[in-house]
Amino acid sequence: MRFIKGFGQFWYDFIIGNDWKIAVAVVAALAVTLVVVLAGVSTAAATVAGGVLLLLFFIASVVIDVRS
Amino acid sequence: MTGATWGLVASTFAASFVEFVEALTIVLAMGVTRGWRSALAGTLVALVALTAFTAAAGYALSTWLPEALLQLVVGTLLLIFGLQWLRKAVLRSSGLKAMHDEDEEFASQTEAGRKAAAKSRFGIDTFAFVVSFKGVFLEGVEVVFIVITFGLSAANMPAAIGGAAVAGLLVLIAGLILHRPLAMIPENALKYGVGLLLASFGAYWAVEGLGVFTESGESLEWPGHDWAILALIAGWLLISRVLVTFLPRLKPEVAR
Repeated sequence: MRFIKGFGQFWYDFIIGNDWKIAVAVVAALAVTLVVVLAGVSTAAATVAGGVLLLLFFIASVVIDVRS
Repeated sequence: MTGATWGLVASTFAASFVEFVEALTIVLAMGVTRGWRSALAGTLVALVALTAFTAAAGYALSTWLPEALLQLVVGTLLLIFGLQWLRKAVLRSSGLKAMHDEDEEFASQTEAGRKAAAKSRFGIDTFAFVVSFKGVFLEGVEVVFIVITFGLSAANMPAAIGGAAVAGLLVLIAGLILHRPLAMIPENALKYGVGLLLASFGAYWAVEGLGVFTESGESLEWPGHDWAILALIAGWLLISRVLVTFLPRLKPEVAR
């Protein structure tokens, strides 16, 4: 039981770390990109949109972090 | 070696270097305060556990996951990991967070080592053994994770392992010579650079991996292929510099 708890704690620290907003920003940006991909947009445009969305969501998460 | 291979070696080298320095700091603190025998025993057992972990994780990842799904999973993890470092680096550079200092870390570990009660089992000091084991194993798992993700996604495991091995060797030699934490290494700058690299490679692979949800199940292709990684590095660098400049204005009372 202690091992499982420790293992879970390790992955929590690894993924969530000091700021859960980063993980949420990444997952949200990728989810929106997936919607763009499945909407039938060209692959090139969808990948570029994914890159831009990741940048924007990261900015938003850091700004929210600093303002809170 | 191609430019992409050099990039892979440089990325795993830099990322692993930071983790090795942190592990070395912990082991040195235990060795100095509690005795080298127990600290080195903890390190050795951690290295054996790490080897088993690497073999199991590498085999599981490469055998069970389709390529696009592997890119999505490891890319996402790499991205989150890299952006956490980048966030810290941005906050430190903008004066909103204190700089990380290996000397301070060494001092606090040393103090904890001196205060802890002595408990011995089989001639090994339990405290020094456990702290060294945890330090080496946890930092080591991060190195293993970086090597596996970079190696598998770029389909060049030897280059990824090579970069990490050289970093480990250099840190080990420096530790043996200096017998003190490697405080002269600009760790914050190094973490900033590594954060940029991890975020860029992670973004590249995670977006490629979204192709697993399409009808073909094949990875998506970035325009310009591998060259897109350079564009991503430039993008992350640009927005991080913009954030360093503008974040203090959001919280002027904290900024220096």
